[in-house]
Amino acid sequence: MTTHNTDEQLLLERIRSGDKSACALCIDLHADTLYRLAYRLLGDEAEAEDVVQETFIKAFMAIDTFEGRSKLGTWLYRIAYNQALMRLRRKEPAKVSVDEPIVTAEGEQIPRQFFDWCCLPEEDFETAEARETLEAAIQALSETLKPVFVLRELEGLSTAETAAVLQVSQEVVKTRLHRARLWLRERLAGYFTEYARTQTGD
Amino acid sequence: MGLDIPDCRHLLGSLSEYIDEEASAEVCAEIERHMAECENCRVVVDTLRKSVLLVRQLPRRTLPPEARQRLYKSLDLGDFLTGKPPRPGTP
Repeated sequence: MTTHNTDEQLLLERIRSGDKSACALCIDLHADTLYRLAYRLLGDEAEAEDVVQETFIKAFMAIDTFEGRSKLGTWLYRIAYNQALMRLRRKEPAKVSVDEPIVTAEGEQIPRQFFDWCCLPEEDFETAEARETLEAAIQALSETLKPVFVLRELEGLSTAETAAVLQVSQEVVKTRLHRARLWLRERLAGYFTEYARTQTGD
Repeated sequence: MGLDIPDCRHLLGSLSEYIDEEASAEVCAEIERHMAECENCRVVVDTLRKSVLLVRQLPRRTLPPEARQRLYKSLDLGDFLTGKPPRPGTP
């Protein structure tokens, strides 16, 4: 049984006793990470802000039901994820991606792009356009793959923590992360290959 | 078609573990042996690694200050917005 640090236990006790400064501290510790997850899932700052607010309201109201078997952050992420998912369901009942790389019957993604764009100068990866391309690529990840990618890759959660937030097995987390990475690679290859060609005047 | 070759397909599933340095020594050796012979797979590994690095380096958003203020006020925590340290035992 994992023991969670005593700082967190103390914070929880203070929140349960109605200590507002503890609520403020909890927000300070977790608001940004929840905001980033919500923003990535919903693609909209105002909606992400709403999700963060809803998450803390729900969390503080339900704090007595949180038994501390997982980390507080994991629990908060789970609430935020579910809030975001509810909004997504209301907005987009079905989302179909075009230009997917080949997917086998087993759901494996087969790379099709083999131009080595790693050799581009570092500054080419730091342009506003490159950044926008990266951001757009992440936003375009499927609803299945994106949460795993955001939590593991961008927020740095472990496989186990990600599995706990999303309520899936660790194997599922590993598989989805790998697929997300391959998908992203394929998409970025399209952009950077074209970019490299324009640089060399091909 | 680049990765139809059985060897390439066989190793594709292990590439994330490999770039995360979580693959067994045996799998690493197999992948590296294969990359030495297969340029397409070598490119896939390098660009996969680069893709992951690039997204990790993206600037991280934070909750905008105005949004933080609204959040605090909506939770009746406006008193804590000034940045003054909270008094211990504040109800």
